[in-house]
Amino acid sequence: MEIYDLTAHELSRLLKAREISAAELTEAVLERVDEVEPAVRAYVTVTREEALAAARRVDEARARGEDLGPLAGIPMAVKDNMCTRTVRTTCSSRILENFIPPYDATVVERLAAAGTVMIGKTNLDEFAMGSSTENSAFFTTRNPWDLERVPGGSSGGSAAAVAAGEAVFSLGSDTGGSIRQPASLCSVVGLKPTYGRVSRFGLVAFASSLDQIGPLTKDVTDCALVMNVISGWDKMDSTSAPVEVPDFTQFLGREVRGLKIGLPREFFAEGIDREVKEIILTAVRVLEGLGAVVEETSLPHSDYSLPVYYILAPAEASSNLARFDGVRYGLRVDAPDLISMYGQTRSRGFGAEVRRRIIIGTYALSSGYYDAYYKKAQQVRTLIKQDFDRAFEKYDVLITPTSPTPAFKIGEKADNPIQMYLSDICTIPVNLAGIPGLSIPCGFTAEGLPVGMQLLGKPFAEGTLLQVAYAYEQSTDHHKKRPPLAGAAGGERHA
Amino acid sequence: MKISMAEVEHVARLARLELTPEEKEKFTHQLNDILEFAAKLQAIDTEGVPPTSHVLNLKNVWREDEVHDWLTQEEALANAPAAADGCFQVPRIIEE
Repeated sequence: MEIYDLTAHELSRLLKAREISAAELTEAVLERVDEVEPAVRAYVTVTREEALAAARRVDEARARGEDLGPLAGIPMAVKDNMCTRTVRTTCSSRILENFIPPYDATVVERLAAAGTVMIGKTNLDEFAMGSSTENSAFFTTRNPWDLERVPGGSSGGSAAAVAAGEAVFSLGSDTGGSIRQPASLCSVVGLKPTYGRVSRFGLVAFASSLDQIGPLTKDVTDCALVMNVISGWDKMDSTSAPVEVPDFTQFLGREVRGLKIGLPREFFAEGIDREVKEIILTAVRVLEGLGAVVEETSLPHSDYSLPVYYILAPAEASSNLARFDGVRYGLRVDAPDLISMYGQTRSRGFGAEVRRRIIIGTYALSSGYYDAYYKKAQQVRTLIKQDFDRAFEKYDVLITPTSPTPAFKIGEKADNPIQMYLSDICTIPVNLAGIPGLSIPCGFTAEGLPVGMQLLGKPFAEGTLLQVAYAYEQSTDHHKKRPPLAGAAGGERHA
Repeated sequence: MKISMAEVEHVARLARLELTPEEKEKFTHQLNDILEFAAKLQAIDTEGVPPTSHVLNLKNVWREDEVHDWLTQEEALANAPAAADGCFQVPRIIEE
């Protein structure tokens, strides 16, 4: 294995033992970026100089004998919809192409305080609206496992960067599956925490009642380590939850014997690829073999999640994106009067999917349609949440596929919004209910495409998800596989 | 058709978006597909079901109203497309 293939906890040991310096590690990862980025295109911005300077500061602190945390000196990447002071934050949109935030998002600040080294900002579907990165205004990121295919989205750059060894871990944001679906398609671990677990301050808002930041990592231990740093109440986010944060690593290694797992039948029905279903059921049998009790269950309102989401998320987005008006920041298209300046700025600045969602959202919130669409969707959201509440009275964890299919080809769904929306069918209900969801690599199709299994838990029970995911991971070796990218030492790296 | 091209034009105006004729046509078509998809919800009885706007049990989060340092005027204006005399500058609004 190469240095860039190692996990954060493995690298942490090498850094502590001074077998490698943070500067050397950062240089190795930047070299990997130079090597594979022309093919993968995970990054919108690479912050080479800042990264090397940050790495040297960690080395100096270590030389002074300072007590450093497990993530000190670890190179990582941040989705380009989280504000980074002095570093361009674009949301992969023309309207923010030259925006340089005057402050850091809370998660960025916390990771910096933990000594992590930011390598750059990763590509996404514009304003996180999409499932493939094809809606990025700049370029499409490619799946490191098959360069003809999408990495998933919207956090596709964050997932591809970790899978390709261009970052040890990354942050993504998840409004309807945007961490978990790309994690599944790129064979990395992705966790959407409980709504409110992680501060959203400095995350450019898409749908405020659904958005949540979380980690994409090479294994479950790294996921716990990143969660330890980013979780917790923040005075800058009034919707962050005043709930105690456990040491998430304490859940790793606890046995799963006797744990009750439910398989909601709606997530194994029509529309789920047969091969994906088989791989998930094989993974469930591994957990059964470890003593977990598995039963079929039902979440009867699941079928309504997608229509509820495609009313509520655009409604919230249409309101959130009103701030982009060419006055305080971002693009301005000059026009003789204010109203045409707004219209031309927003039409030139936003891509097709963003405009489509703003129009849908504005329509759903407009007088005469509010009750029929928006209020109705909010009521059905309650029913969806109650389904989960009932299921969790009986089960500790629910298991579903993360994505109904493996990675699809670039261009395959680009002009059909509804087909694209369907790729989030297993992940969207989780955001509506606000519960945590984790995607863990659980195998490959005959074509060699990764498949992820989604674990769902009670509010604030991320620890239980990590416990089950870790038990599964330690019984299998999917997390040790790396994509066979050209340029890598040894050629065939699949096994 | 649930939504006409005239309605799409109206909503686009409300949202301060200018659409080309081709976009109007394409969007009208796609928005109808999406609304048709959303019409599935009308089949569910939601009589007496409270709407969920938010999943957390948080209400009226208060804090002390204290003065603290945040951005300087220069920092706040640094991303403005046009600024003058410490203010954001916009096209003339009031007619002479």
